[in-house]
Order: sequence, then C-alpha cells, then structure tokens
Amino acid sequence: MKSSDVIKHVKGESIFVDDMPVPQGTLYASVFDSKIAHGKITKLDLSEALKVPGVVRIITYKDIPGENQIGNIIPDEHLLAVDTVEFIGEPIAIVIAETEMIAKKAKSKIKIEYEELTPITDPRDAYEKGSLIIPPRIFSMGDVENSFTGCEYIIEDRVEISGQEHLYLETQGAVAVPVEGSGIKIYSSTQGPTAVQSTAAKVLNLKMHQVEVDVLRLGGAFGGKEDQATPWAVMAALGAKLTNKPVKLILHRHDDLRMTGKRHPYSADYKIGLSKDYKILAYEVTFYQNAGAAADLSPAVLERTLFHTTNSYFIPNVKATAISCKTNLPPNTAFRGFGGPQGMFVIESAIHKAALSIGIEPYIIQKKNLLVEGSKFYYGQIAKRVNASKCWNEAVTRYSFDSIKNSVEEFNSKNILKKKGISFMPVCFGISFTNTMMNQASALVHIYTDGSVSVSTAAVEMGQGVNEKMINIASKVFSIDKVKVKVESTNTTRVANTSPTAASSAADLNGNALLFACNSLLARLKKHVAELLKLDDEKNIELVDGKILYNENETELDWNKLIRSANQHRISLTAQAFYATPDIHFDKKKEQGHPFAYHVYGTAITEVTVDCLRGTYEIDSVKVVHDYGKTLNHAIDLGQVEGGIVQGIGWMTVEELVQDSKGRLNSNSLSTYKVPDIYSAPKKLETYFLEDSENPYGPFKSKAVGEPPLMYGIGAFFAISNAVKAFNPYVDLKYSSPFTHEKTLMQLYQGRKTEKERSKITSSEIG
Amino acid sequence: MNKRKVQFLLNNTLISSEVNPSLPLLDFIRKEKHLTGTKEVCKEGDCGACTVLLGTLTKNSVVYKTITSCIYPIANCSGKHVVTIEGINKEDLLLQQEIFADENASQCGFCTPGFLMSVTCYLLNNTDYKIEDAINAVGGNICRCTGYHSIIRALNNIIYELKNNSSNDRVQLLVAKNVIPDYFKEIKERLSTIQSDKKVNTEKSSLFISGGSDLFVQKPDMLLEEEAQFLLEYDLSYIYQNYDTIIIGSGTTFEEIKQSPILSKVIPTIKNDIDLVASLPIRNSATIGGNLTNASPIGDLTIILMALNSELVLTDGINERIIKLSDFYLDYKKLIKTNDEYIKEVLIQVPKGELKFSFEKVSKRTYLDIASVNSAMLIEVDGNKIINIFISAGGVAPVPKLLKETNQYFIGKDISIDTIDSALAVMQTEISPISDVRGSAEYKKILLGQLVKAHFLKLFPQLINEKEIV
Repeated sequence: MKSSDVIKHVKGESIFVDDMPVPQGTLYASVFDSKIAHGKITKLDLSEALKVPGVVRIITYKDIPGENQIGNIIPDEHLLAVDTVEFIGEPIAIVIAETEMIAKKAKSKIKIEYEELTPITDPRDAYEKGSLIIPPRIFSMGDVENSFTGCEYIIEDRVEISGQEHLYLETQGAVAVPVEGSGIKIYSSTQGPTAVQSTAAKVLNLKMHQVEVDVLRLGGAFGGKEDQATPWAVMAALGAKLTNKPVKLILHRHDDLRMTGKRHPYSADYKIGLSKDYKILAYEVTFYQNAGAAADLSPAVLERTLFHTTNSYFIPNVKATAISCKTNLPPNTAFRGFGGPQGMFVIESAIHKAALSIGIEPYIIQKKNLLVEGSKFYYGQIAKRVNASKCWNEAVTRYSFDSIKNSVEEFNSKNILKKKGISFMPVCFGISFTNTMMNQASALVHIYTDGSVSVSTAAVEMGQGVNEKMINIASKVFSIDKVKVKVESTNTTRVANTSPTAASSAADLNGNALLFACNSLLARLKKHVAELLKLDDEKNIELVDGKILYNENETELDWNKLIRSANQHRISLTAQAFYATPDIHFDKKKEQGHPFAYHVYGTAITEVTVDCLRGTYEIDSVKVVHDYGKTLNHAIDLGQVEGGIVQGIGWMTVEELVQDSKGRLNSNSLSTYKVPDIYSAPKKLETYFLEDSENPYGPFKSKAVGEPPLMYGIGAFFAISNAVKAFNPYVDLKYSSPFTHEKTLMQLYQGRKTEKERSKITSSEIG
Repeated sequence: MNKRKVQFLLNNTLISSEVNPSLPLLDFIRKEKHLTGTKEVCKEGDCGACTVLLGTLTKNSVVYKTITSCIYPIANCSGKHVVTIEGINKEDLLLQQEIFADENASQCGFCTPGFLMSVTCYLLNNTDYKIEDAINAVGGNICRCTGYHSIIRALNNIIYELKNNSSNDRVQLLVAKNVIPDYFKEIKERLSTIQSDKKVNTEKSSLFISGGSDLFVQKPDMLLEEEAQFLLEYDLSYIYQNYDTIIIGSGTTFEEIKQSPILSKVIPTIKNDIDLVASLPIRNSATIGGNLTNASPIGDLTIILMALNSELVLTDGINERIIKLSDFYLDYKKLIKTNDEYIKEVLIQVPKGELKFSFEKVSKRTYLDIASVNSAMLIEVDGNKIINIFISAGGVAPVPKLLKETNQYFIGKDISIDTIDSALAVMQTEISPISDVRGSAEYKKILLGQLVKAHFLKLFPQLINEKEIV
C-alpha cells in the first residue's frame, strides 16, 4: 500500500518551506554571526552594510520589541547577541534585503571587533572550571561502594563519545507573513510549532493568538528541529514585524552546519564489577555532557542518558552521575535517541572491556544480565512485558548465530590481511517524554458532507510516516478507503498547546487522541444509524468497508449516505479529543518513579570485515529482531528500523565532527562531514518483527519506533573492535567513537608485533 | 557583469534567456522558473538532491547524463535538453516512481527527486540492466532517512520489470514502458533546431570555467561577478592515440576517462579506480583540465596521471608549451602556468614493455569522498628486478607529489619486503603531511606506507608474503 505522502515525494510535488510560492514583496533575511567562540563585542558597525542598494534593514538585539530570549528549559539564550558572544555561529544581526544575494553581500560589509576571551571546548575542562548548565544529577539504587568489594572482576576506564550532525537534507528555514491585527503567520520547518509560536510571541511582544504557526512537512529533522528550528522562525517573524513585509529565511548548508547544535559529545568514567559467574553486581558511572553554550534541551537529554545507563541489563547496584557542562560550542540539542545512545555506549564499552580482560566473549556477559520480567530499574520503574531475552533468543536462532560465529572464526584463521568481527547489541528504550507533562496530545477531525475526512493533530510529518499512520487509524476506525482521509498541516490554530513531535511518541500520543476523536464520531454515527433505521441495539451496528452492517447484514446505508443523513439531521460531524498518557509519573527530588509508559526491545547482530592492510572496513550485515508491538504500518516501521540502523552506524563510524581548540568546526561541509552513502550501508540488512508482542499503550497495540533502532548501530563499533583485536591481540582498545578509518589503522598496529618480531620472541623464549 | 543569451530546452519548453552565464543551473530552475522539485541541499555536488538530466544531441541520438545542477553553470547547458523531475512526470506515476512508492523508498522526500532522476538516466543510458550498475548510478545521491535498503529493493524491482526488453529505439521503448513521457521522442529534432551560441564572449578573461565542479564549490559568489571564459565551448573533449602518445583533451570528463578503451589498456583497473574518485554526476561534469588546475594536493586523477608520467600542453590561446605534470605544481595551489594560460591537453606516453599500474586511496568514507591519502604506482620489472618506477602520493605534501627519492631508491633493486621497508624509510624523508580534517599527520605517514605496500601486494602477490608485509 503506497503512502500518500510518498506518492507526492516521488513526483517532487511535496511542498517544503523553500518551495512555497512567496507572497508579493517578500524580503530575504541573512544572519550575521560570531566568528569567535568567546568574547566581548567591542564594536559593531553596520554603516557600510546599510549602504548596499537593496538592503531594507539590519536588525540587532536593540530592535527587539519583546524579550530577547529563546531559552526553552532555562531562559539562558539570546535570540541575538547583546555584548558578548559564546560560540562561533552565534547570531548577532539579521540583514533584511530585497534578494538573498544582496543580503549576503551586505552581511560581508558588517564590521565587528571583539575582545577575545579563552573558549572552553572540552566538557571536563568546563567541569573543572565550574561551568555547568544545571547542578549534577544522580540516579542510584543499592549500595555501589560496598558491592564492589564482593566482585570477582572490577574494570574501570574512560569513554569518549563524539557528537553527530543531523544532516537533515532540508536546512533550517521559515517564511513569516504579517497579518492583520499586528499578527504574524509563520511557515516553519519545525518539529515544535508551539515552541515557535510561544517564543515568537515572547520576542515580538504579541499574544500567542496573534502568532499562527503552520507546518506542512519537514525534509528530515531527527531532533535537530525540535528546539533549534525556533530561532530562525522567530528571526523571520521579527523581520516581518519590523518591516511589515513577508520575510523568508533559509539557511545555507554551511551556515546551518556552523550555527546549529548537534548530538552531544560525552566523556565518561565508569567502574563495573562482576561476580565470578559474570553477573554484573555494580556499576558506577559519571557522564560529562558537552552541552555547548546554552541549555537548549541539554538537561532533558542528560536525563534520558541517566534513564538508559544500564541499557537492556538488570544491575542491582547502580550509581550514575550526569553533569551538563557549558562550553563555547553551538548549543547541542536533541538527536534521535536523545542521550540514550550515549548512556548505552558507555555500558556496552564497560561490558566489552570486562569481557576482554576476563577473557570471554562479550555476549556471554550481555546475555547473562538481560532484564527479566519484573526487574526493577534503578529509577524505580518495574519492567513489564519484558522482551529482552525473547528478542535475543529469537536473533540467535533465526539468524543461526552459531554458524555465523563458526564462519567468522574460520575466516579469521584463513585470512591474514582481512579479519571479521561480530557483536550483539541489545536495546531497551523507554517510551514517553521523560518530562511527564509533555505526554499529551489532541486531535481534530472533520467529516465533510461528501464523506471525505480531514484530520489535524499535533504531529509533524518529517519522513517518519506519522501522517500515514494517522490515515491508517482514521480509515480503520471508520472502515473507509484511506484515500478518503487527508491529514492537514500541523497548525497552532487547529491544535493548540502541543508537545513537539519527538521522543518517538508522536504516533502514540496523537494516534490515541485521534482514536478518541474518531471513536466519538463513530458513536454519534452509530446512534444516528439506530435512530434512522429504527434499530434497538447500537452494539450490533458495524461500519465495514464503507458499508453499514446490522447484525452482520448490509443495511440500505453506506458511508456516504450516512454522512449526508447525519448532516441533514444536524449531527455534528466534527470531533476534538485529548489524550494524556496514563500511569506515568516521576519525582525529580527522589529521582524515582514510573517515567515510561513502556519500553521497546530488540537485538542486533552485526558482522564486519576489516581490511588490516589499509585500515578500512565494511559492514557485512546487521540482523535484527525488533519489538514493534502490533505494527500499524509494516513498510513505515521497517523503514524506521533500517534508517535508524544506518544513521547509528554512521555515528559510530564515518561521521566525525572535527573541532579545533578555538571552537571552530572544521568538518563544516558535506565534503568534510561524511554521512553514510549507499555503499556504506550494511551489505545485508535483515529485520524480523517480533511476534506476540502487544502494547496496551499504543494505538491498536502498536509500539513507538522512531528512536530505538538507531542504537543497533552501536554494534558496529564493537564488531570493528573485535576484528581489530583478532588482527592485533596486543592492542589496548580505545573506547572512543567514531571508529574512523584512522583509528582503525592506528589500533591495528598499536603495539603490534610483526611476524619477524614474534619469531624473535619465540626463539629467545626457546633459547 | 555581462549577460548573454542562452538557449536550451528545459523539460518541454524552449528557454531563450539573457542570463549571467555563471549562474548555477539550480538557481535558474528553482528561482527563475519556480520548478521546485529539484532540491538545494549542499550546494557542492556532494548529495545529489539537485540532480537533473542533461541531454546532448549526437549524430544518432540524444545522450543523457546526470549532473548536479547546484554547481553547473548555465552557460554549459546551451543547446542541450535539461530535464527536471517535472519534465518526466506524467499524470499517473511512472514505472520507477510507482516502484519507489511501493517499496516506501522515500521517507522525508527531500532526496527523492534526485534519486529518481539518477534512476531515470540509468534506464535511458543502458540496455543491459544490472543492480551493481544501478547502485553506481545513484551512488552520488545521499539519503538520510531510509538506510538505502528500500531503495536497493526498488532498484531490483525496476530492473526486474524492464529486463529482456531490447529495442533499437531506446526512447521509444521507455516511453512504451512508462519510464519517460511521450515528448522525449521529439527532443532530437527539437534540439537540432536550437542554435548554440558558442564563443560569444569575446572579452579576454583569466577566469577559466570548465566543468565547474570545483570552482562552484569554492567561490560561487565570485563567479557571478566576474567575466569568465567557458572552456567547454572550446571542444576540448577527446581521447585519441597518436603513435605512442595518448592525447586527452582538457575538457574530457571523468566519466569519459572511465569509459575510454584507450586508457583502459594502460590502466586496466580504470573503471574501479575512477569510481572511487567521484559520483556519476560529478564524473559527468568534472573535467581533467579543471581537476589538474584546481591543484588539490589530494586530487585522485592528478595522482594517477602523475604516476603515468604525464605531460601537459599549456596554451594562452596563441602559444603552446609542454611541461611535466610533476613540475606543474610549485606550492600549495600555486601553478607554473601564467594567468592567461589554460591546460589544452594531457599527454601520456604509452608505456612500453611489461608495465603494471596500481591506484590506492583511503578516505573517511570509502566511496565518493576526498582521500586522506592516495597513491598511484607505475612499475616496470624484469623478473624480480625493478627497472623503472613512478610512485605518486597525495595528502602528504602541499602539492600532489611524485616520490622522486623513493622511486630512485627502488630502481635496480629486487622486489622484496626488505626493499620496500628500506624504501619506505626514504619515503618518510620526502613527505610532510599536516594534520587536518582528513586525518592526523602521523596517520597519513603510516597510511602512505600501507598503500605502497598494497601496490606491491596487489601487483606481485607471488613475490610478497602476506604474513611478512604487516
């Protein structure tokens, strides 16, 4: 079944912000940003720039009618710099001109002088200097310190995790149009229309009802447009407000790469203790999150790291400390997984290193410690409907792990210059916004008199297929052809006070709200059928494939007739409904509670081949068993898993953010920041939908799917590690992502003894 | 800035516009013609979202190729057929669109038109469809959502639907198979009526634009403000052999080099080697002359040509002179040529005797990435003895480098691990890599050694023991 959005995509007919016909008189904005990572602005001279013909206005913080503040969780970020700058790319002024070229040209004529201050780029450095976003948070259970004394094996190490550029193909952008009553209508490429609305209102000194935000679809987002779409939309709105003309602002790719935040780099220290029979008894970890220059979503990301510190394992004694460190980089932000991947990478590193030092395969420890039904998470939630072992065991048998293992061992014994490595990556990911309040959504449904249906929710379509899932839900409830259902743009005037489309939960929250709305319409319609046909029992009325059945027999009514009749009988064909996830709560004082509606489980087996002469590698296969619940749309869910895996592999392998000590991003274009191409995707990618998994919290028992698969990509790191180790048993493996070709070559030969050297050792030993 | 008249077919419409000849085709398509199916993503030819077809009239047919319109000057479209996604759309879905939709091979949709243009061009240009070739055709298209497997499934299904369909008239067949719209049949005739306005810019300028694939990445704004000479108008696209010399016109594209039977005699692995250099749309627009003049210390083709001991014919339009490629580069991005000179031809002496060639490249991403280090080797042996050798290396000095001292050391010695090890010690004295975004200096030093070892291991497996080389 083709997705209605994809039919438009393949014809290039889908409209993105940059594709909309612009209103008459539209002006173009270009943002002038800081060239240094930390300093005071001593002089800002706009005079030459203002002389460029076609320049309409140059806006600085002084021109802002309301508050110069865009911080969401913490109000710590200016829209436009005032007298200091704290990262390269920090917006200072907005040039508004008749064309993009003029705006760019004028921008190059702005003169600025700074008094430079020393930037901080390293999170540990920031921590030492007391530069923190929020006070450290600690999650704990049991008695870590004492339990280490009972451990047979204790391993400690440090882990470095790189960030990741979202590389949504559509850059950030917005068009703002002045409307009557001093209001503004903003077309924005945002995951969070309400965030854009409320921030624009605050900055422009308007009421929220004067700001309408409309979002048709996004050309990819991955978290990068949850909070960070806001400033550009607000700048366009500010330009429109001050010039009283429509203003369009689309970031050039290089500007987007330089100015926007990324997945957070982390540095971490851990200590892990295991019993003689490889049970993990204690785990202590400290995370240093590189938040960048402002809070943005960092505190929430940090919180999710804490929630995923033990991944899919039960550990009785845990102490996890997380520190959000303020540095002079662009504020880092949400990215698929939202801190979870970093937490999981550290525990997986700990298990891997422990296994190597004990001298066993890492999967022995992994399997031994998987969560079981009723396991208590260290944050208080009891694990229910646990599918950790079910996915693991299914993967082992379905993909014949024993024969994979044998063939890898055989390959490695026969080949000198090529080595294979395999790894397991189990995933357990909590579903719900960790901020309980955000787990709400609403839906608005109109049935028009011709029987066609219009659906509005808070969900934003960004390629994840949420629109198609909404169509699936509405057409299923009414049992009508899905071409009768249309999902409207996400608009703050139709659905208000929304949570962003994030946390994998848009289909759950909005789908459930939609389900409520459709069901209430269905109830009205059935009641009308009963009245019309003079039937006693509404319960036996069914809508099936556009027909109206009573006691399984066709009636004279069909969908279209029923709708017309309902309208004639003055029955409302519009419904609005609201959904709030039940059962969830979390006490931040105690750091205990039940934050997640449920968890998603899965296991991936990854196989790689390393070219030990050149220090390169290929991902041979990723084989996954994933817990989808009862899938709402097989093709979309499969696409989410496959896409997530490759994005995760990219994060772990080719995607390297290179920053210098002055806070400058050197991997600042697509020629220097490489994301996976078709050749870097695993040669084989198999996905099995776990059977018999049900989820009472998802619409039609489905499960959220957006983020969890990304973390299967972590398996690539450990598979490469194992192949490197097979070639160079002397290596002291570094747990530092991404595992670039450079790190591969360096570790293949680090401390390695050549054949000659080995034979010398052997002969001297004999001698 | 002078404007000039450019005539070409854009989809089904004749364009006859006064334009800045350096305007990127994408800007014309999107901003002036408001055809928004073609997307702007990276503006440097690295993602394929702006891929369009460029059809050129030849004697027998119209030959289509893909180009990345974001870095393609509109002047180079003169007399051609430019096809965007709007230009292949019909009321109902085309076969390839239908299959992409069935496989859900599109999520956010931003890369999708680019993919479909690459697929369509592949179907137009080939008769014997193979999945490896189809993947190669979309190799320059980046998708951030799907993980590519749904796209590969779609490609397999498209090939399945079209296999065993041979016809003399490709266009006719593909129209019948619902791959392209009907109007493609008339393009040949319509193109023949367009006068291409060649060499109209009489003004002398020392800004030379060839394929544009480097220049439009590096200084797009400057190009719009300066008068330029468009070298593609000088008909310098040819490869032929004259006795023992292969002559390559400087306007020859990478793809033409890849497909050249003359060059494949000298470099048997040329197809694979050039695939590592660039994606198809870039291979279709990047020229040998432009690439050499760009003077990247890491240019793949430069490194290959240097090991082949190539020479360049430089001209200022009146006088010509010949210099060795290895003498062309003075320092980082500094050339021996004068401002008025451009490369007219590249000359390669066909090696005599038993010669072997190898090219090696390692980059962050294996395909379609700029190398961390690259190297090529041309070697002549008599038994085990090295008679002559040319090893070149990129990424280890401010300029692409012929490793003269290392080569000198090798001559006259027998191939062995010991010889290689000693030569590598010499090599370390003549390279000076720097740490940058493509790797640390330390890494590049080690990597070049590995690549030289790889040359020998590949070409002389009988002489080198795998166990001993590492």
